Amino acid sequence: MEHSAEKKIEQLDHLFQEGSDDLRDHIVSSIYQSTQGLTKEAVQYSPKKASWLDTNLDQILTSRMFGFPIMLAMLAVVIYLTIAGANYPGIVIAEAFARVEDGLTAVFQWVHAPDWLYGILVEGLYRGTSWVVSVMLPPMAIFFPMFALLENFGYLPRVAFNLDRFFKKSGAHGKQSLTMAMGFGCNAAAIMSTRIVESPRERMLAILTNNFVPCNGRWPLIIVLAGLFMAAGFSGGMNTFISAGVVVGIVLFGVVMTLFVSWALSKTLLRGVPSHYTLELPPYRKPKFWNTIVRATLDKSWFVLKRAVIIAAPASLITWILANIMVGDLSVLEHIAAFLDPFAHAIGLDGFILMAFILGFPANEIVLPILLMGYLATGSMIEVENLHDLKQIFLDHGWTWLTALNMMLFSLLHYPCGTTMLNIWKETKSPKWTFTAFALPTAIAIVVTFIIAQTVIALGLV
Amino acid sequence: MSHRVALAGNPNTGKSTLFNLLTGLRQHTGNWPGKTVVRAEGELRTDNHTFQIIDLPGTYSLYSNSADEEVARDYIIFEKPDITLVVVDATSLERNLNLALQVLEMTKNVIVCVNLIDEARRKGITVDKKELSRRLGVPVVLLSAREKIGVIQLMKTMDQMVDGKISTDPYLIPYEEEVEKKIEEMEPRIKEIFGDSMPSRWLALRLLDGDKNLLQALKTYIRDPQSVEIKHEPAQGGCCHGA
Amino acid sequence: MESKPIYQFHKGDRLEITSVQVEGVMRRRLLDLGFVRGAVIDVVQKSPLGDPIAFRVFNTSIALRREESSLIHAVKMEEDSEVKVQ
Ligand SMILES: Nc1nc2c(ncn2[C@@H]2O[C@H](COP(=O)(O)OP(=O)(O)OP(=O)(O)O)[C@@H](O)[C@H]2O)c(=O)[nH]1
Ligand SMILES: [Mg+2]
Repeated sequence: MEHSAEKKIEQLDHLFQEGSDDLRDHIVSSIYQSTQGLTKEAVQYSPKKASWLDTNLDQILTSRMFGFPIMLAMLAVVIYLTIAGANYPGIVIAEAFARVEDGLTAVFQWVHAPDWLYGILVEGLYRGTSWVVSVMLPPMAIFFPMFALLENFGYLPRVAFNLDRFFKKSGAHGKQSLTMAMGFGCNAAAIMSTRIVESPRERMLAILTNNFVPCNGRWPLIIVLAGLFMAAGFSGGMNTFISAGVVVGIVLFGVVMTLFVSWALSKTLLRGVPSHYTLELPPYRKPKFWNTIVRATLDKSWFVLKRAVIIAAPASLITWILANIMVGDLSVLEHIAAFLDPFAHAIGLDGFILMAFILGFPANEIVLPILLMGYLATGSMIEVENLHDLKQIFLDHGWTWLTALNMMLFSLLHYPCGTTMLNIWKETKSPKWTFTAFALPTAIAIVVTFIIAQTVIALGLV
Repeated sequence: MSHRVALAGNPNTGKSTLFNLLTGLRQHTGNWPGKTVVRAEGELRTDNHTFQIIDLPGTYSLYSNSADEEVARDYIIFEKPDITLVVVDATSLERNLNLALQVLEMTKNVIVCVNLIDEARRKGITVDKKELSRRLGVPVVLLSAREKIGVIQLMKTMDQMVDGKISTDPYLIPYEEEVEKKIEEMEPRIKEIFGDSMPSRWLALRLLDGDKNLLQALKTYIRDPQSVEIKHEPAQGGCCHGA
Repeated sequence: MESKPIYQFHKGDRLEITSVQVEGVMRRRLLDLGFVRGAVIDVVQKSPLGDPIAFRVFNTSIALRREESSLIHAVKMEEDSEVKVQ
């Protein structure tokens, strides 16, 4: 048996030939000749006028004059609508959660449940989950339907087309912008989508830089902090407007960072020139409007809810427990925070924030809830309906606009979440590159926040 | 018993949209080439049969120019689906049939799904289904996966194909004499190695063309026919969620 | 008429490809997409920074960077010529 297999392989090797460009050309043109014959008989083209969309839209959306301004405007509008639209449903959901909590509290009192049980289940698990849901759900349920509309319309390849020159200059592949667009949804999924980049070197660039795109677990944090601190002096519509501007700025900073890091890697660890590039620009297609919206909203909501239950709930539980186990005068949580504090201050954060990022490794969604639990020492969350008290809690812990800015930047730049790391490992199968995917962004996050913090402090701006 | 049906075709021709329609699942779709990168599977029950539908990444050809193309090609060659649905874009048939002809060199059990027929109509393109089917030697179905046109016909055709009620006679691409002669020489020797388990004409051509990746895969296959399948992990449900 | 690299033509020009001087994998990719000798293509759109450029080949828009499009040569065709592959 073995013997015959080896013999077959030998026979096969014997049959194998080197091939040539001439032969390949011949094969391909034979196929084309065939298809041409086939279509000539079976397909009729009646000279109908091509639709306006097909002929003219690209002339605007990818034009020298309007290409970039329109891209920027689209991004700004989507973010603006997200922030403006999320406000109200956020409050409604939070109030609903609070009402349910009142009921739960009554039940616990009625059965004379012990304090620790109430603490774990209601103040830890329930509040943690409801925080994630009411802060995450509304913006994401608004952002993604809009994104899906653009995606189904066919705008993403045009973005790649417009931006390609920058990626080429950075030694990267033009399709990297498509993988970045996927990153807006989820970096873990985006890692899989880097398969569309064929050259291994350029694919690695796309993998290593993908987390500079905020995913759906980080958007809300950035939006909340922008609203509370960056647009602080403004109210109403103006507040939304400024917040949106800040969020757009953060996203653009991520894009610039992606290009810069790709460029630097192309000159060092991943030296090389861009490989070949082809990009198909499909025709624009009118999306099925309501279908797309309903589908994207449901999908995303389901996704957020699932994550809330699978990750946020246990994480809140663990955080509550850590906050309630006392060692000496302080809880375990406070010990950790105190330990991290000096370093955290050097980069404009504090020990609790850094700890929240560390405990938030499994999922970025839980960074904000964990931070609040830590601040409220008892480990219990404030009730979600008090979103407006949020800022007071931060201020009580010495926050300035610098803290908020650096937290946003750290969130944007730091290591990918656990799921993403797992996918990077699966896709690269390399300990070295998986580690790089962790260490590189983290180092950049630290350096950037350090420089900003030190500069701002030195200039006496806070 | 469930019959395996693979969806092959150029990128962005509506394979995942068709997959969703057939299986009732919700694979992500989007108007750009490369949306699907991991293979997905789902089930379809017709009146008479159960089918296991496999959504493959879209490719421009089935030579081993890239990892995606290898995934699609290996699936057809080594895992031998009972039916291969080649999904082609009605608005650019010339280029799309390119891939269809390549598949026809590899397997007889093919149904050509001319998708986006609504868009083609709007653009004034009419496809003569009978003529195309006659020339290709396999069934052709006109579809609009998005507008849900033509699915019933497709399912009927699938049923008939697994029932053995359709005999196909796939179009063979003619090559220049010199190449044809070499193919003719090689075919019997290839049959000696693989029996009837591999399309010998296609293999001869690939070997002539110097397809090293395929050679490697064939060797692995000879040593252990099961092992080639391991390479393709199906999509992981749940963990990931693209925009 | 003289043939020159396809990136040197203007938006709206209709071209007939005279040679594809790329090698290896990229050649195969370009052939698969329809950039074969004798194919008729249109120059449809330049990106805002001038590179890449999108060409319409077999009813599909394909964008190519200068690196590749400089290796594909073509001649400009008169209006209304028929599409044909050699
Ligand atoms: N008008 C029209 N649009 C369609 C039809 N089928 C699919 N589409 C659209 O075409 C686009 C591509 O569809 P997909 O199903 O993602 O294509 P795919 O072949 O899976 O693409 P890849 O995964 O990239 O290979 C989407 O925007 C669909 O909505 C159809 O029959 N008619
Ligand atoms: Mg797909």
